[in-house]
Amino acid sequence: MSPPLLHVSDLQVSYGAIRALSGVSFSIAAGEIVTLIGGNGAGKTTTLRALSGLVRASGTAEFDGQTLLGQPAHRIVARGLGHVPEGRMVFANLTVAENLAMGAYLDRDRDRVTRNREEVFALFPRLRERLRQTAGTLSGGEQQMLAIGRALMGNPRFLMLDEPSLGIAPRLITTIFEQIVAINRQRGITILLVEQNANLALEVSSRAYVLETGRVVMSGPSPELRADPRLKATYLGG
Amino acid sequence: MSEFLQQLLNGLSLGAIYALIALGYTMVYGVLRFINFAHADLFMVGAFLGYFGGRLVPSGTLVGGLGVLALAMAGCAVLGIVIERLAYRPLRGAPTLNVLITAIGVSLLLEYSGQLVLGAAPRTFPDLFPAGRFNLGPVVVSTNQLVVIGVAVLLMVGLELIVHRTRIGTAMRAVALNPRAAQLVGINNDVVISFTFGLGSALAGAGGILYALNYPSIDPLMGVMPGLKAFVAAVLGGIGNIPGAALGGLLIGVVETYVGGSAWSTYKDAIAFAVLILVLLLRPAGLLGRVTVEKV
Ligand SMILES: Nc1ncnc2c1ncn2[C@@H]1O[C@H](COP(=O)(O)OP(=O)(O)OP(=O)(O)O)[C@@H](O)[C@H]1O
Ligand SMILES: [Mg+2]
Repeated sequence: MSPPLLHVSDLQVSYGAIRALSGVSFSIAAGEIVTLIGGNGAGKTTTLRALSGLVRASGTAEFDGQTLLGQPAHRIVARGLGHVPEGRMVFANLTVAENLAMGAYLDRDRDRVTRNREEVFALFPRLRERLRQTAGTLSGGEQQMLAIGRALMGNPRFLMLDEPSLGIAPRLITTIFEQIVAINRQRGITILLVEQNANLALEVSSRAYVLETGRVVMSGPSPELRADPRLKATYLGG
Repeated sequence: MSEFLQQLLNGLSLGAIYALIALGYTMVYGVLRFINFAHADLFMVGAFLGYFGGRLVPSGTLVGGLGVLALAMAGCAVLGIVIERLAYRPLRGAPTLNVLITAIGVSLLLEYSGQLVLGAAPRTFPDLFPAGRFNLGPVVVSTNQLVVIGVAVLLMVGLELIVHRTRIGTAMRAVALNPRAAQLVGINNDVVISFTFGLGSALAGAGGILYALNYPSIDPLMGVMPGLKAFVAAVLGGIGNIPGAALGGLLIGVVETYVGGSAWSTYKDAIAFAVLILVLLLRPAGLLGRVTVEKV
């Protein structure tokens, strides 16, 4: 078997005296969609933040054979690790076009930027219609599309999405999840999906890790976890 | 009527200078969320760079004057970047109060080392630009006023273009809106912050020269009062808002000039603060500031 694209081992993070992660380990092979599920405060967001250099962590995390931890966030992005943060974090006063341009901040190849933009519009045609609109005035679902589009502009090989379904109308959730799968299938981008909506996440992923108070408590192929009675009771609504 | 127009012109040329300084306060606030109290002293450094630079060029020429202006702006930009690097960057992530106190420390350092090195006595600022005055209808215009307004307008238009049309300018707005998201698109926030300090300090340096052209007595404490008023202008316009800072500066300049020419002229320095109190009571976010609820 080829070495995993991302290998995380014994990841630990504390916010002051609060320990958010106490030894999280997992790995993801190139081309997979893997999901990380867990309830409020389990440490899902913290895991993603640690990997993209937004919070300091100990342990090891190797991306494509090279270490991630201790590197500044902007370098990590440059290595092909994209992060669609919790709460979307679009640049509210910038237009949709400017948000996408900022997504391509590190890309000096204009032709590729244009191509990427077209691909984003193909995934989310609404963004093209709203190019001149300021991002803060988009609906929640549209902001999520923009946040994903912005991350794709950075040419990621690996994309981490933090609760893309949060606060979004069910109809748009379906669209967004279809496009997440398309991003994986068509562009070959490996995906780590964080969700509280475990049903949805297990449906689109091939493997899953369950996080509880800063530890991995369960892991396995998604279909198996969907059938697991313990998981059913806690996360899948009976 | 002619008195009214004359005062308007005088007020606008004073206000343009406040505006230039206010822009620096507001831009730095935008990216770092703190008031750089040392900013006013870069205004003073700009004036002194103009004073010494003026000896290197023939006096009273447009080219010489603009050359000195460019030199002072470059010098202040470098100093601003160095101050940020040495004094503020080590405090990244520290409580704002710590950074504010450090800024006051840097300000005092600049003022009193200025007094130590240059002496506390005022010096007469040279005629950098061709001197002259002419009548425009009922209004007397000095060439220095033209220089002030012309340079200030050019700099503000230039700033507008940088902030809205360039990659680094857009990155500046992105960092101001959401520094974490900015990192996630690959922006090196430190570079953007340095750039912001450089840009703001260059504008303050230009402001120092323009001010000294019209009030040609300079000393190491000269930045204090204009700096304070420019700070008020920035808050008045809505701190963090770039057009707001420009508008606030012009307003303070005009109001101050009218009050200075009236029976209440002794209160001319207090008026900026009265305006501030009034505006904050009526519009707490400033004239162009929006009351924003920050989404986390
Ligand atoms: N900036 C912070 N300061 C202090 N504690 C924090 C901070 N961010 C997160 N925590 C704590 O760390 C723990 C993990 O939080 P995290 O945001 O990673 O959870 P999560 O799994 O993403 O939860 P949710 O599904 O609600 O988003 C929680 O106990 C939380 O209170
Ligand atoms: Mg979370």
